[in-house]
Amino acid sequence: MTLGYNTIVVLAGCALLGLAAGTVGSFALLRGRALVADAVGHAALPGVVLAALLVATLGHDPRALPPLLAGAAVAGLLGVLAVQALARTRRIREDAAIAIVLSSFYALGVALLSYVQTLPEAAQAGLNKFILGQAAAMRAEDAFWAGAVALLALLLCLLLFQRLRAACFDPDFARVAGLDTQRTDLALLALIVTVTVAGLQAVGLVLIVALLVLPAATARLLTFRLPRLLLFSALIGAFAGAAGAAASAVEPDLPTGAAVVLAGAACFTLALLFSPDRGMVPEAVRRAGRRLDAAQEHFLRAAWEAQEAAGAGPGTAGDRWTPIAALAAARGWGEGRAWWIARWLAVRDLVALSERQVHLTPRGAAAARRAVRAHRAVEHHLLALGAADTAGADRLADMVEHGLTPEAASRLLPEPSALPASPHALGGKP
Amino acid sequence: MSGTAAPFEVRGLTVAYAERPVLWDVTWAAPPGLTAIVGPNGAGKSTLIRAALGLIPTLSGSAHFFGRPLAEVRNRVGYLPQRASVDWDFPATALDVVCMARYPRMSWWGRVPRRERDAARAALAEVGLADFAERQIGRLSGGQQQRVFLARALAQDADLYLMDEPFAAVDAATEQAIVAVLRRLTETGRSVVAVHHDLSTVPDYFAQVLLLNGRAIAAGTVQDAFTPETIAATYGGRLNLLEHASVTAGARG
Repeated sequence: MTLGYNTIVVLAGCALLGLAAGTVGSFALLRGRALVADAVGHAALPGVVLAALLVATLGHDPRALPPLLAGAAVAGLLGVLAVQALARTRRIREDAAIAIVLSSFYALGVALLSYVQTLPEAAQAGLNKFILGQAAAMRAEDAFWAGAVALLALLLCLLLFQRLRAACFDPDFARVAGLDTQRTDLALLALIVTVTVAGLQAVGLVLIVALLVLPAATARLLTFRLPRLLLFSALIGAFAGAAGAAASAVEPDLPTGAAVVLAGAACFTLALLFSPDRGMVPEAVRRAGRRLDAAQEHFLRAAWEAQEAAGAGPGTAGDRWTPIAALAAARGWGEGRAWWIARWLAVRDLVALSERQVHLTPRGAAAARRAVRAHRAVEHHLLALGAADTAGADRLADMVEHGLTPEAASRLLPEPSALPASPHALGGKP
Repeated sequence: MSGTAAPFEVRGLTVAYAERPVLWDVTWAAPPGLTAIVGPNGAGKSTLIRAALGLIPTLSGSAHFFGRPLAEVRNRVGYLPQRASVDWDFPATALDVVCMARYPRMSWWGRVPRRERDAARAALAEVGLADFAERQIGRLSGGQQQRVFLARALAQDADLYLMDEPFAAVDAATEQAIVAVLRRLTETGRSVVAVHHDLSTVPDYFAQVLLLNGRAIAAGTVQDAFTPETIAATYGGRLNLLEHASVTAGARG
């Protein structure tokens, strides 16, 4: 495949569109206006069809993009106004109002479309391409138009940055401070309509909402800073737009909208899984790490306390071997689990392992002593407060001891330097 | 008050949600200084402030600030909304939030100028959060978030502050920090009207009080107006025994 002039222009136009949609979409998402974009997209269909009909009747080329976009914008705005008017009657909530308006306008558009396609003049306008989008069918001048409109929206959005941020975060405060939040909201609405309309031909009106929402939602998973969020969102949007256009060029039967949304959804899924801060996989890894740390400390402490119970006494730990089965019984663990933890601790050179018995290495003994101190510090603290009985203190300490630094443990202990005796009998759990 | 207009005054203010009136013909003027608005849940305390600021529609009545409608004196009126009213997961730093108080002084486009940024940093320092300026607001504790809101109000550099539960759900250290800031404000001639929940601290923190329960039950200096009788009239049967004990201990009856 060679990249013709037309293809390159369409690709650039779609990337620019994604750039603008990602930026405007960030504010739409933060202001809770994501569904408005959906309403605008669907409501635009009757406007597009009527505009094509009008242009054809006047004897002009019904494929010219500007009149179609103007029709889409007018119908989209009417749709949003209808949603607001419906919600204001207080007989129905906004989400239901959006659903009703969106489907009604869309149904009207579909009905008009089936009628228009029986007419010879408007039939070639390729209007049904607007529903799912087909970037490959775009002409260079269409891409210019879409790109120019998107660029305008992008620039306006960046100019209005501070105002939009204030209106999104705390509109009441902004109003009291003297900012005209209603005007800012209107501007945001206009930006949403503009970007949506600009993307109709390339992405299609059914899926255009995703181009606004997916990049912004992805970027939110990646950063807590608004400027960076806008940048990430814009870049992801541009990538999704370009990927969609490229897919459409390679495979003209594939609706561009679908390709764009799939690219965006892939980005979102990756971020949801692997974002360093808020991703699910890193979080699961962190949680598993914490659980492993806790299990190790419990094992080491059990090994130490087994020594104590055998009369070896603190400080002489490591002298004798303890069966893993006894430690498992003391912790209430299955023997298999205790065995795996023992293997892991042996790898880390904290215990020595021989014939299903362990003993603490010098490093392991030091770590075990810290764990025992932390545990008993919490126990004695809770008992001194009268906050728990002996068994309760033991259970509570098992949960909170792991983050405790030696200094904090010393502060909680009645005799800061020594290792206090356990307040309860050592050995098997009840 | 002779001659000069009260910092904050409502006349015949009536507000209803759907069909149910929440505020019923409230006429009241807050004198200069520290004033608490107290009353049971649903008494319309927040509603009074929000209606006066034009954030919710009123059925009748008016609000005046320094004798003028809000639109003429916006730069003299600061606002501290309830902490729960915003999404703290919002992508912004503490400094970003405080800077929002300075937006009306800036052009509507472009970046925050250095001068306004410095003013915002000074406000953060005043509430003891200088080191947290670049922290994402969702990673602050509840008390720190409340102080960010206070800093934002301070950055408005107003003469009157309307505060909606500045002490709600904060730790003891934050409460003391907020009280100190309020006292400093009154020492420099500013006025504060705050919705307050904890009846036992009213005499310690405030000089004036409005007891509100749909209507204005009593108003005046804490000495005169905050008595067991007016408190009982405001809270009616809703005040439980325990609360009542702390109230009568705090009130000068």
